[in-house]
Amino acid sequence: MTILSFDWAFIIEKLIMIAIIVFASLGIALYTTFGERKVAAILQDRPGPSRAGPFGLLQPLADGLKLITKEEIIPSHADKWLFILGPGLAMTASLLTCAVIPWGTAIHVFGRTVELQIADINIGILYVFAVVSMGVYGIMIGGWASNNKFSLLSALRAASQAISYELAMGLALIGLLMTTGSLSLKTIVEAQVAGNWWNVVYQPLGFLIFFICAMAECNRTPFDLPEAENELNFGYHQEYSSMKLGFYLFAEYINMIMSSAIMASMYFGGYDLPFFDESTVAPNIAAMIGVGTLLIKIVLFIFLFMWIRWTIPRFRYDQLMSLGWKTMIPLALFNMLLTGAIILAKL
Amino acid sequence: MQPLTNKAQAVSRKPMTFLERLYLINIIKGMVITFSHMFKKQPTIHYPEQKREFSPVFRGLHVLNRDEEGKERCTACGLCAVACPAEAITMEAAERTEDELHLYREEKYAAKYEINMLRCIFCGLCEEACPKDAIYLSETFAPANYTRKGFIYGKPDLLIPNPKTEAAALAMAKGVEA
Repeated sequence: MTILSFDWAFIIEKLIMIAIIVFASLGIALYTTFGERKVAAILQDRPGPSRAGPFGLLQPLADGLKLITKEEIIPSHADKWLFILGPGLAMTASLLTCAVIPWGTAIHVFGRTVELQIADINIGILYVFAVVSMGVYGIMIGGWASNNKFSLLSALRAASQAISYELAMGLALIGLLMTTGSLSLKTIVEAQVAGNWWNVVYQPLGFLIFFICAMAECNRTPFDLPEAENELNFGYHQEYSSMKLGFYLFAEYINMIMSSAIMASMYFGGYDLPFFDESTVAPNIAAMIGVGTLLIKIVLFIFLFMWIRWTIPRFRYDQLMSLGWKTMIPLALFNMLLTGAIILAKL
Repeated sequence: MQPLTNKAQAVSRKPMTFLERLYLINIIKGMVITFSHMFKKQPTIHYPEQKREFSPVFRGLHVLNRDEEGKERCTACGLCAVACPAEAITMEAAERTEDELHLYREEKYAAKYEINMLRCIFCGLCEEACPKDAIYLSETFAPANYTRKGFIYGKPDLLIPNPKTEAAALAMAKGVEA
């Protein structure tokens, strides 16, 4: 099936993959909002949403319906096009990340080998960093276009926070890249599947820094200064209503899922199920077990995010900056040097 | 000033040690506390399905009582209206005729009996004042209504179902209220 020297089946296969992954991400994000509310409730001795459907399971659908049917308000002094562009950009950037995440090994259908990854590009992690830093534009543009001092302040905060923590994040990652020798997420995961230990064993400090910075990048408490409802009245999405607000909130949850997936892939073996020999079962089933393992790891990470959110209060702005610049970056540099020294000593 | 309780503690101004400045240990301690709350009993009462038990002296909406034969007990003496500190009760008395013997217990009865539930303070003084055991405060509490008029309860709203002719309705009302 080769027309115009294209492998059309390949394009169809990738389109189906993209559709599945995008809709699955949206669905998981929808239920992460529910999970957030339930976890918050249970940690605070409350029952949480329990009215819509059994155990309140239809609550996210009701929330989504509410957001879609609400009145769309664009403030008269707002820059209309940038105001619309903001949430779209935030959403696009957070969804783009999922392109390089390896969801499992290959499965075999209709005589074809389908890689469970949209694109195995050799600069996988660099791509993630590039896309994630684009997500900040969504927040900045939204905050600026709202023409509101609180939104603008919050956008400024978000931008400086993202810049400060992306630095430490990248530096923490260099240690990992030195040990794996590859930027491709697939290669990093395969190395962990083949090796004895997950990367977190070799890079505990690097993982800690990466985790803290990921939390800051996702604007999660204790780093939710851009939202800071008690000082900035909800920050950059204060003027937003209806599904534009929904997009911002959704983008935050998708960011959370994607950073969980990346942390699971890079430090916790990705789709590797420990103490289980994949060769004992059929390859397709083994691949599905791998996907399930990765999803469980993602859910555990998301729970950790929520658990931290409902435990720790928000940082003050100067504390945030001093943590980022005076603690995280030196620590990441130290981690990098330490890794380099150990690699040299081993040679 | 002398300390009023023995709970006062001096604030420590010692500079934090390295471990304390890391915050990680204290963060983990806090997270253990929040995690332990997952296994705590929730005090929530899921309202429409579960109801909190009222205390036996709870004072809810009023009911007008009937005797065992279904006759209204109220004799329109007006003592409840006099006792009412909020002046929520109004009534008009009427004389019982020969063919109303099965309806009213005494020869005088309340032709109109209204309680303004927005004025009522649910003090229960009407219940105490009544010499005929005709008015009681039940365990139902004020429902919502669209108009102020709807809160002026007349005899049809207040009278309990007739034990002779509407025994099933009475049992149901008692079941709900109990």
